[in-house]
Amino acid sequence: MNIEGVKAIYINEMRRTRKTLLQSVVSPVLSTMLYFVVFGSAIGSRIESVGGVEYGLFIVPGLMMLSLLTQSISNASFGIFFPKFTGTIYEVMSAPLSFFEIILGYVGAAATKSLIIGTIILITAAFFVDLRIAHPVWMVTFLLVTCIAFSLFGFIIGLWADNFEKLQLIPLIVITPLVFLGGSFYSIDMLPEFWQKVTLLNPVVYLISGFRWSFFDVADVSVGLSVTMITGFLLLCVGIVWWMFRTGYKLRS
Amino acid sequence: MTSETPAIISIRGLTKTYANGFRALKGIDLDVREGEILALLGPNGAGKTTLISTICGLVQPTAGSVTVAGFDIGRDFRKTRELIGLVPQELAIAPFDVVENTVRLSRGLFGLSRNDHYIADLLGRLSLGDKMTNIMQQLSGGMKRRVLIAKALAHEPRILFLDEPTAGVDVELRKDMWDIVEQLRQDGVTIILTTHYIEEAEEIADRVGVIANGELLVIDDKTTLMSRFGKKQLSIELRSPCSSLPESLAEFDVELSSDQSRVIYSYDTRAERTGITALLQALNEAGLQLKDLSTVQSSLEDIFVDLVASNRETGEGVA
Repeated sequence: MNIEGVKAIYINEMRRTRKTLLQSVVSPVLSTMLYFVVFGSAIGSRIESVGGVEYGLFIVPGLMMLSLLTQSISNASFGIFFPKFTGTIYEVMSAPLSFFEIILGYVGAAATKSLIIGTIILITAAFFVDLRIAHPVWMVTFLLVTCIAFSLFGFIIGLWADNFEKLQLIPLIVITPLVFLGGSFYSIDMLPEFWQKVTLLNPVVYLISGFRWSFFDVADVSVGLSVTMITGFLLLCVGIVWWMFRTGYKLRS
Repeated sequence: MTSETPAIISIRGLTKTYANGFRALKGIDLDVREGEILALLGPNGAGKTTLISTICGLVQPTAGSVTVAGFDIGRDFRKTRELIGLVPQELAIAPFDVVENTVRLSRGLFGLSRNDHYIADLLGRLSLGDKMTNIMQQLSGGMKRRVLIAKALAHEPRILFLDEPTAGVDVELRKDMWDIVEQLRQDGVTIILTTHYIEEAEEIADRVGVIANGELLVIDDKTTLMSRFGKKQLSIELRSPCSSLPESLAEFDVELSSDQSRVIYSYDTRAERTGITALLQALNEAGLQLKDLSTVQSSLEDIFVDLVASNRETGEGVA
């Protein structure tokens, strides 16, 4: 195992995060605060509680997921896309590193950054609402697995994309709608019956529902189903990345 | 450097066919000796970069084997890659990285622990000592290329690949580059460089290989190659011009210069008898008086052009 190599990638990626601190950490925190002000306080004060949870508090897990998903994807995809774009990827590909080690470095750094952002958002939320976490271990587990799974997903997008437009495409037209329609700001039983069924096709519903359960002990779908879905997604991403490296997809001709 | 020097890289039957069907390498056999400077000459698209990229792990071979210091590049990729440094043809740099950080990254990637002293010393040797804290995009093209060399040497490799190190580089920097290569050779590093500047190969290489059309046409010691393929021309200046050559000279490969003041004799340096004595005697007997003599040896460039041209005609290797 080339520990030094993994460390080198990880440190280099985290250095990039530090250099772009404003953009990478401050902006998601700021936008989350804006959501709290608009949805939590202004609009939320006129909405009755959802499943016994005050609305401002109810949206915390959804808001965290919104940031975690978009940040994990954008960090990881940019992390691997940029060396491809500049051509510096040749060095990583000619280094004595296995594909597992390369992923560990890049995805590890992207997931770490998401974890930091998630924690900051959680702390920020505590200033706006009276935060409570019913199942802390599960909360942390969901947080961790989500960061890793979606960083892997971002890594796949970064490998697949061969221009900046493609890099933005999936997060913009797929992820954002899925998260907004995945119950970030509402419980799915607030939807008309027909849409309740349709929304169950959205994988993010399970993610947010499970995460919300870990906070408030209330869920739209069963926790077991949530855990199964997120684990399934993680394994799917692992499978795709493994295939990409095995075939040298866009990396090795 | 002798032919008994052990091979540090052994290539057997290396073939690469790209997904689009293009055959970039057609069964290359090559041994690179430890400590030598090997220049691979060839026109654009000859397969030079594919060959280098395959050894470094950037391109997957279709068939054949490559071993580095006895290790297979596929099975023992960690061991082989640790030994190799690569300076790519393109100026591939991360524009916002600090010079010392990017070199430190390279060292780490190849599995070595941080050594700031070594990195500072390396950058100093490459005249980058005062640029350590600069951002890459602030550097000139020549400086960027030096940083790429520093990155390739950051993990103290035993073998260095330089893919077109002096392409698009000004004369002064090219000379600097040659000095760096010479210094590395003295440190015992084996160097394989690709180039299409013949003078570069002629100047710094121990051995020269010519690649065209995915085949290694010839590989030999530079001097052997030049004498093997080199034709010499003897130019005989006459005391007074002569309108036509005497018939007694018909058996020699001679011609008269356009100003009729010189007789040009082409001969093969490898031949047992060059025929010079007989020619001079014949000239003397024909009553031609000589004023001066000079010889010209064909350069690597001529050899290269001949080889590539004959490869195009016949579609097969010469050697």
